[in-house]
Amino acid sequence: MAKKLMKGAEAIGEAAIRAGCRLFFGYPITPQNEIPEYLSHRLPQVGGTFVQAESEVAASNMLYGAAGTGERVFTSSSSPGISLMQEAISYMAGSQLPVVIVNIMRAGPGLGGILPAQGDYLQSTKGGGHGDYRLLVLAPNSVQEAADLVIEAFDLADYYRNPVLVVGDGLIGQMMEPVEFKDDYAPVRPLPPKTWASTGHTGGEKPRSIINSLFLDPEVLEKHNQALQAKYAEMEKNEIRYEGYGLDGDYDVLIVAYGTVARVCQTAMEELEADGVRVAMIRPISLYPYPSQAVREAAEKASGVLVVELSAGQMIEDVRLALEGRRPIHFHGRTGGMLATPEEIVDKVRRIVEGRGGKS
Amino acid sequence: MIQTVFQKPDSLASVITHYCPGCTHGVIHRMVGEVLDELGVRDRTVGVSPVGCSVLAYNYFETDFHEASHGRAPAVATGIKRARPDLIVFAYQGDGDLASIGMGEIIHCANRGEKITVIFVNNAIYGMTGGQMAPTTMPNQVATTCPMGRDVEQAGWPIRMAELVSALRTPAYVARASSHSPLHTVQAKAMIRRAFQYQVEGTCFSMVEVLSTCPTNWGLPPNEADRWLEEQMMPYYPLGVFKTPDGRDRAPKPLPADE
Amino acid sequence: MQNDVIIAGFGGQGVMLIGKMLAYAGMNQGKEVSWLPSYGPEMRGGTSNCTVVISDKPVASPVIQSPRALLAMNLPSLDKFEPRVKPGGLILINSSLIKRDAVRTDVRVLKVPANDVANELDNPKGANMVALGAYVGATRAVDVAEMEALIRKTFAAKPKLIDRNIEAFHRGYAIGEAGVK
Ligand SMILES: Cc1ncc(C[n+]2csc(CCOP(=O)(O)OP(=O)(O)O)c2C)c(N)n1
Ligand code: SF4
Repeated sequence: MAKKLMKGAEAIGEAAIRAGCRLFFGYPITPQNEIPEYLSHRLPQVGGTFVQAESEVAASNMLYGAAGTGERVFTSSSSPGISLMQEAISYMAGSQLPVVIVNIMRAGPGLGGILPAQGDYLQSTKGGGHGDYRLLVLAPNSVQEAADLVIEAFDLADYYRNPVLVVGDGLIGQMMEPVEFKDDYAPVRPLPPKTWASTGHTGGEKPRSIINSLFLDPEVLEKHNQALQAKYAEMEKNEIRYEGYGLDGDYDVLIVAYGTVARVCQTAMEELEADGVRVAMIRPISLYPYPSQAVREAAEKASGVLVVELSAGQMIEDVRLALEGRRPIHFHGRTGGMLATPEEIVDKVRRIVEGRGGKS
Repeated sequence: MIQTVFQKPDSLASVITHYCPGCTHGVIHRMVGEVLDELGVRDRTVGVSPVGCSVLAYNYFETDFHEASHGRAPAVATGIKRARPDLIVFAYQGDGDLASIGMGEIIHCANRGEKITVIFVNNAIYGMTGGQMAPTTMPNQVATTCPMGRDVEQAGWPIRMAELVSALRTPAYVARASSHSPLHTVQAKAMIRRAFQYQVEGTCFSMVEVLSTCPTNWGLPPNEADRWLEEQMMPYYPLGVFKTPDGRDRAPKPLPADE
Repeated sequence: MQNDVIIAGFGGQGVMLIGKMLAYAGMNQGKEVSWLPSYGPEMRGGTSNCTVVISDKPVASPVIQSPRALLAMNLPSLDKFEPRVKPGGLILINSSLIKRDAVRTDVRVLKVPANDVANELDNPKGANMVALGAYVGATRAVDVAEMEALIRKTFAAKPKLIDRNIEAFHRGYAIGEAGVK
């Protein structure tokens, strides 16, 4: 298919359809309304179903029900709505259901504001709901990558029988960029048949399927939890994704940033390089599993590390864990919907090079 | 001699609101402000604002205020009233807020008979988020999440909240009014006044549903929006008092003999 | 090579549309592009703006703090964005509606009487096309042929507007071209 200029939110909606998803349950919230609005007219065209739920609590439980039948299902929301979905997300993780959830993050806490932010990193990666569980978390930095990752998210969800969360910010949702969808879609890897799905007992031929996260016997629940952990260990082995910028050369400062703010850092890097400052960047794409080893190795060449986030400092905790104190870590963060500017980042890197960076 | 014959109620702040031209949220604010003045309760009133276009109501009333999360205003109001029964507590909510995500909170608040007042603004759409379908959107009405018009087969019929809440056994005052014409606002204000009066007397829960316009998301100029409300909404959402505190339980009709 | 511009004006002046058209034209001629609208509370104030980046390389930041160009269709937009334009950059002022000069002296300033020209052409809604033409004329950010093709496509449903808008675009283009000589 030829390239098309698309709004991020619409590209995400279209990606779900390309991935064979025919069911969307959601509730309006800015700045991602264009996803449900797009799907409310697109899904009926392809024989799919769009349901506007009465709340995010209901939408996420509709997702839980529909996913249990083995269908590909999708919802999207923004920070306050994602908070309301945490109960169902915990149940879906516990019941091992493949679902895809998009969070177009906005500034918090509370009702906060509607402008871009990355304040939901810890909620996304450390288990936003109760219990020992993990989501596979992916963070695109462009409209094209958002579309690609959403399509892949459906495969990953099916492969691991686990919820996959794609996090973007208001910029990803609102901006238009060229997108290309492949004409034919095939799963990136062979997917296991969904023998666990509740599709009816079919005259006793098929064992009964029970979608459940209740295990009253502690020994049984512990076994279940161990199986979940084994699955997460497999994700950590196979699903690490990141992009490096200038990692092959020599550099003094390593920037770590994800999502659209990494693009602001790229602009800053161009300026710094023109001035002869040696700087490189690593951009985690999978936030869970986190590319700890890659960050550690990349940091080894640098004398200092700068973490840039649209938060007061959340991913920096994973960078600290990855580096185990091997390098000084500096931080630049903006919150409330304020964007970090290239000028600020240039200034911060310069100060680090001059030894005035101020450690975090 | 110059005489002041019309002025802003003390209960309203001297600020310019952010409401769109022709939006009746402002009219409804004014009616509430006048009633608080007339009952002399401004100094002990606490409002609760919703998530919706009226989220900034806390800037427009000269009373204390809490900002609730989406749909939870009746629960927040319950907390305030239970902690300080001497306060006059009102929740101001839109139809997405009250009838969609907050359905549980409003029903249980009314059913517990919390002695608070709810001003429920029904404009048949989600205003703040840009015109999505609300539980009160009319059949076939176009909204951004029902681009072909509300299909009652898929989305059900618009919810009549005044009727629903008045079906509860717990004593309450429940009424529906409109805000689209001066004549209707006279009636609306009388209802709002009675609602607050019951709270002042400690009698019962009270809710006034007020039909309201959203010219912006209906895509109509204000005068046509007023007409649309009258022609499309009023026949489906009849105005009147649905329940008073002395109201009885509704008796079911007897079964027909052949069933 | 990168061209980036903030286009700003009242809602209804069609600033979002010409921003999108620029991005489309850039994409159609094989460039990397991004179009970022303002969203949020400021929209209620009645002014809106978008940022367009057209580049030979993948677009780094789609948010441009200091744009190479500003196309100000009304006064609040000039007031807001003038201080942010890159030194040596370009400010296009819709002089039909903006009755002040630019304050900055370290940028090139080009006055475009977009509404007057559009009125002259009996196409009062085409002021945005005049402005678009002036920007393209002054920067050569995209090809004229590409832009013409796009105008045809954009207004395909209203054929009467095609020639008028192409004309408006060319009048603007001439102003832009002359202005930078
Ligand atoms: C948990 C949560 N979900 C969704 C939203 C987004 N949201 C803000 S206002 C609103 C609906 C507003 O509509 P309504 O209550 O009808 O009030 P109106 O704006 O029409 O006055 C929604 C869905 C939110 N803020 N929080
Ligand atoms: S969007 Fe609708 S409800 Fe909100 S202020 Fe405007 S007219 Fe009123």
